[in-house]
Amino acid sequence: MQLTGAQALVRSLEQQGVEVVFGLPGGTILPTYDPLLSSSVRHILVRHEQGAGHAAEGYAWATGRTGVCIATSGPGATNLVTALADAYMDSVPIVAITGQVSSAMVGTDAFQEADITGITLPITKHNELVTDADRIPAAIAEAFHIASTGRPGPVLVDIPKDLQQAQMTWSWPPAMALPGYQVPGDPDPAAIAAAAALLHAARRPVLYVGGGVIKSSAHDELLRLAELAQAPVTTTLMARGAFPDTHPLALGMPGMHGCYTAVAALQEADLVVAIGARFDDRVTGRLADFAPRAKVVHVDIDPAEIGKNRVPDVPVVGDARAVLRGLADCLSALISEAGPPDTAGWLGVTDSWKRRFPLRYAQAADGPLKPQYVVERLSMLTGGDAVVVSGVGQHQMHAAQHFSFTKPRTWINSGGLGTMGFAVPAAMGAQAGRPGELVVAIDGDGCFQMTAQELATCAIERLPIKVLIFNNGFLGMVRQWQELFYEERYSSVELGTTIPDYVKLAEAYGCVGLRCDRADEVDAVLDKALAVTGVPTVVDFRVHDREGVFPMVPAGRPNDEIVLGPEFSADEQRAATRRELSAR
Amino acid sequence: MSTHTLSVLVENKPGVLSHVAGLFSRRAFNISSLAVGPTEDQSVSRMTIVVDGASTPVDQVAKQLEKLIRVLKVVELDEDRAVERELALIKVRAQPALRSQLLEVAAVFRANVVDMSPSTLVLEATSSPAKLDALLAMLEAYGTCELVRTGRIALQRGSATITESFLGVSADAEPAGPAESAA
Repeated sequence: MQLTGAQALVRSLEQQGVEVVFGLPGGTILPTYDPLLSSSVRHILVRHEQGAGHAAEGYAWATGRTGVCIATSGPGATNLVTALADAYMDSVPIVAITGQVSSAMVGTDAFQEADITGITLPITKHNELVTDADRIPAAIAEAFHIASTGRPGPVLVDIPKDLQQAQMTWSWPPAMALPGYQVPGDPDPAAIAAAAALLHAARRPVLYVGGGVIKSSAHDELLRLAELAQAPVTTTLMARGAFPDTHPLALGMPGMHGCYTAVAALQEADLVVAIGARFDDRVTGRLADFAPRAKVVHVDIDPAEIGKNRVPDVPVVGDARAVLRGLADCLSALISEAGPPDTAGWLGVTDSWKRRFPLRYAQAADGPLKPQYVVERLSMLTGGDAVVVSGVGQHQMHAAQHFSFTKPRTWINSGGLGTMGFAVPAAMGAQAGRPGELVVAIDGDGCFQMTAQELATCAIERLPIKVLIFNNGFLGMVRQWQELFYEERYSSVELGTTIPDYVKLAEAYGCVGLRCDRADEVDAVLDKALAVTGVPTVVDFRVHDREGVFPMVPAGRPNDEIVLGPEFSADEQRAATRRELSAR
Repeated sequence: MSTHTLSVLVENKPGVLSHVAGLFSRRAFNISSLAVGPTEDQSVSRMTIVVDGASTPVDQVAKQLEKLIRVLKVVELDEDRAVERELALIKVRAQPALRSQLLEVAAVFRANVVDMSPSTLVLEATSSPAKLDALLAMLEAYGTCELVRTGRIALQRGSATITESFLGVSADAEPAGPAESAA
């Protein structure tokens, strides 16, 4: 059958099972927008291509399926760059399709020409400039295969306009030609046996769980392993929700703004089992001082992560789900032979730390509103039954710390790249992927203003997200660093709380706008926001501008130097630093 | 300087070289030399990449290269068990009085004279990188005007090849004789 390249592209997306794409048309992608009009694929017209990129990411985070964004050449394509870099850092499966100037014009500095495959080379898992219309189905099939398998990531396919218009011979499925791409197979049983033996013998084990566990849907296997091993579990910023925060073995988040118990447990552990985590600097603090007493088992699907930052005692290359299942089976056999692991003393220690050094903040009844309080109320009022999306900064840390996550794919944020402005468009994508479910963006006022234009898209496309702005009038995390490390010299960090008027802005975008600045009104305002149907809702929470994020390990310092924060006494800080290993 | 030699088989497709070179700059790895050319199979090119082991974690380089979709295979060659060669063209000052001396030096290093002018010679030298360095050191005294080196290429010694699994070529397999292929 003869089709145009554009028809073949759209039909390839249909064959891949794509239900929704996010995009914005322009000159060189116009041929593709014509068959898209009569396709079963839903196209959501964004207001800025960056929004399309983050929406594709939010969709992928929320559903586990590959997100798709479309843009024209030149500025359309370059506007996707931040989202591609973000997806690369956080291993999010998205496919970006860009128009390119016609083949004969490539390289001539034609109108709206940009070398987008060159530009995105270091921030994509793979990219391709298609040079033959007959290759379009194969290029799309390969892009989806590469994006979604192994360690997931973004793939960009750049298609010149003349190839979209050219006639080609359609056939599906196309033959994929990827001789250099192999997804790791079954994990090595010997490595799993060695890891299980270490876990059985450990007295102070910690499971250090990263985003890979969510990506491989390994949460049930993780729960089984943790309970068999009686090992406490810490979930990184990428893995919140992989293990229920309500479980007695849960330690919360590790790292720079992690819970004291999670940070301290890693420092004292005799065995760290890292699963789908990459020993990121925000988790390890000064690398040389991280988990100094621990043997390390490192499970990852990407062989290049193993040994990159910390050399493990037992490396296991493989899919987290298969490895966790194998580990649990092996450990179960060891337990039947030799009894359960002896970790009772260790759990007594971690429980005493949890009691003595919890997350702490002070919300006075008539004092300034604390962001942590809003997160806790949201968590309570929704029963944790919400998809929470955040931007980057203080509000992100407060949300990650204080929301009680119990299920995977209920927490979406920008971890590795730290992209301000991620929340609104990512929430839009999450809502498109999970219609009918509650999607709440917790955003800062600085972040919100970077991508707020997508509220128009949400309103018109009936994507009723809730956006809770934690409005402190500052780039709060920057302000906190200037306070702590730059002698309170607040350079270019104040945004002001009243411009724009977020309630009016929300209304201008066809959304419901609400405001709250008192703790005793939080529940009523949240109830009101949660009751809105059909249109997006924006709540301007006027929160305390001096509130910091604690605990905190100063950047580049050892995790042993964790600072509990102003709500703890000097005696408590000393006790925390000493880290008594007897349960109290 | 401790160097490591990586033989990298890649698909012969547009953009492959920039993918490989881009990886090195993105990961802050240092390349000492990179040579690329066709192999016995037209669809496959072979890169020989030399990295400085002191500043660059070779194991990471190999693993990151393996992740590139167009990279088929990465093998680190053991320098004691590989043949390594580099070609250099050297334009050196050669006043008539010193020419015979220069030709003696060239002969010792098995370098050929490929061009001559009243005041210069162009030498062609193919050898291991270490010998080439020694030749260049010797020529320094006469005055080297211009130098171009290809970068190292290398093959494992013995019958083993790194290309078998991709190209279906085995050194141990009996080649079809000329008579059979003509038949």
